[in-house]
Amino acid sequence: MKKTLISMTAVMALGSAAVAEEVHVYNWSDYIDEELLAKFEEETGIDLIYDVFDSNELLETKMLAGGSGYDVVVPTGTFLQRQIIAGSFQKLDMSKLPNAGNLWDVIQKRTDVYDPAGEYSINYMWGTTGIGANVGKVKEILGEDAELNSLSLIFDPEKAQKLSACGIHLLDAPTEVIPAALTYAGWEGGPDDHSDAALAKAEEVIMAIRPYIQKFHSSELINALANGDICLALGWSGDILQARDRAAEAANGVEVTYEVPKEGALMWFDQMAIPVDAPNPDAAHKFLNFIMDPENMAAASNYVYYANGNKASQEFLNEDVIGDTAIYPDEATLENLYTVTPFEGGEQRSLTRLWTKIKSGT
Amino acid sequence: MRRAILIAIPYVWLLVLFLIPFVIVIKISLSDTALARPPYFPQWDWSLGWQGIKDFFRELDFENFVFLTTDSLYWKAYLSSVKIAVISTLLTLLVGFPIAYGMARAPEEWRPTLMMLVILPFWTSFLIRVYSWMGILSQGGLLNSLLLSLGIISEPLIILNTDIAVYIGITYTYLPFMILPVYAALEKLDGSLLEAAEDLGCSRTSAFWLVTLPLSKQGVIAGCFLVFIPAMGEFVIPSLLGGSQTLMIGKVLYEEFFSNRDWPVASAVAVVLLLILVIPIVLFQRNEQKQREAEG
Repeated sequence: MKKTLISMTAVMALGSAAVAEEVHVYNWSDYIDEELLAKFEEETGIDLIYDVFDSNELLETKMLAGGSGYDVVVPTGTFLQRQIIAGSFQKLDMSKLPNAGNLWDVIQKRTDVYDPAGEYSINYMWGTTGIGANVGKVKEILGEDAELNSLSLIFDPEKAQKLSACGIHLLDAPTEVIPAALTYAGWEGGPDDHSDAALAKAEEVIMAIRPYIQKFHSSELINALANGDICLALGWSGDILQARDRAAEAANGVEVTYEVPKEGALMWFDQMAIPVDAPNPDAAHKFLNFIMDPENMAAASNYVYYANGNKASQEFLNEDVIGDTAIYPDEATLENLYTVTPFEGGEQRSLTRLWTKIKSGT
Repeated sequence: MRRAILIAIPYVWLLVLFLIPFVIVIKISLSDTALARPPYFPQWDWSLGWQGIKDFFRELDFENFVFLTTDSLYWKAYLSSVKIAVISTLLTLLVGFPIAYGMARAPEEWRPTLMMLVILPFWTSFLIRVYSWMGILSQGGLLNSLLLSLGIISEPLIILNTDIAVYIGITYTYLPFMILPVYAALEKLDGSLLEAAEDLGCSRTSAFWLVTLPLSKQGVIAGCFLVFIPAMGEFVIPSLLGGSQTLMIGKVLYEEFFSNRDWPVASAVAVVLLLILVIPIVLFQRNEQKQREAEG
């Protein structure tokens, strides 16, 4: 024991004597298998400092202010697009990313909307926004033939009223809930319409069910669903699947399902990018290349239950990930997914204002 | 010379820690939002020299302040913040004064310990203490379980995510800021004054009203300001304990800054908030000065 202590101090002394190379990564919370972090340090000898955040807005404020000190960050596509325009990111040096050939063209085609030709970013994970339900309770209230994969569960005032006693949560994210409301309403402008008329329609749809919504929150719904505190939630695929697993582990008689709405669902992409003022862009490229290694990427997906944009990783994925259509949707479902574009300055203000009105009534 | 240096120190302090940041905020509040890094326009351009500075000032305007008057959200949020801050300050005074009074009346050897107990909560992170209130106030929380088991209520009370939880949170968090100045004032109080009052026929209660309370006025006023000012701009407590209907200017400011990415409007909200806070402080000081002059 004493010996290890001495050798540890020796190693630490050596480590601080030589200026260790560092890379600072800023990723979403609970979004990686932490063993990968140790593996990266082992393979490259670079010290990895890993920080987490839980909202795109927080990351965006750091990116727009500049000087964040991070080498790799992970914004969602719509936010990435805006930050690229603002000049927050540097172009990737493809010669340092030999693993980029592993990326999946199906996903790349979709992320091109945000980052044409993937000049600034690589896809890390992607998912959908859909319906999480407590199967037993919902069927008890609405009957055995209740459609668990229909947005009407949430947006039909009659059904929402019946389910309200048991609890409904929505994401506290207007850019996710409003497209869903427009999809339910069959709005002719589509879910990505930013016009005042579209927002007014969304307001009408959401206000009709507002009295039946217990809470707008983006992370509490995992526990609330798993514990059986609520019946229904509009949330992110991986989060609801985590709730499903927690309920199964707890064996508390709660069965949670995640369904991609049959009316259509939002598909979102979290992209890894390198800030323009990254202190160590070289190490950042090494990290990106490490993540794009098929086995590493598969380990991350197997851990967090989100699909990734890496075609080569698919042979290393566990069956309960690649085989689950809630994570990797089949062709027909994929057809039914839509993507959205960022709200510009004035539109964003109307959106935030509408959201405040929906939530607080002011 | 020595005197000049002595006077200069607080002024430099004020300049560096208050005035310069405030001028920067005012500058941003007069700018326009832009999709850039940082996200507002115009920026200083040193390379253009005098012309650049002139161009810079030409771009500034009061548009954002005008905007604040066009949407009822802002004045409603200011008013609601004032209301929440006033009520919480009164609650803090109601709870804090008796505690400070008890401390000042306690035997001298106990006082350091009592003082320690007031300061002790600061050893735990503020955030963790607010989180634990979530555990206490929630529907299945400590408070509800206790009241249910005692048979006082039959249905759990809904406290968390309401304004009541915000009042409880602010009162709890800022209590030491009320107790300490009130205690300092009460401790200095000369006991012989109370004896004299009683000798002259005052009952204990009227001696309290006529002697103790007026002499502790300074401490009470200082405590009220120490609670009211930060409570007015509070963000953490309403967002963790309050519901979505709890409207406070701190939350509005956060939305402007983070959700709307509109630093200029966020800065305008902050400038107005500061003005709202400065007015009562100035009035109060002028009043004090007049009183002193009248006495002197």
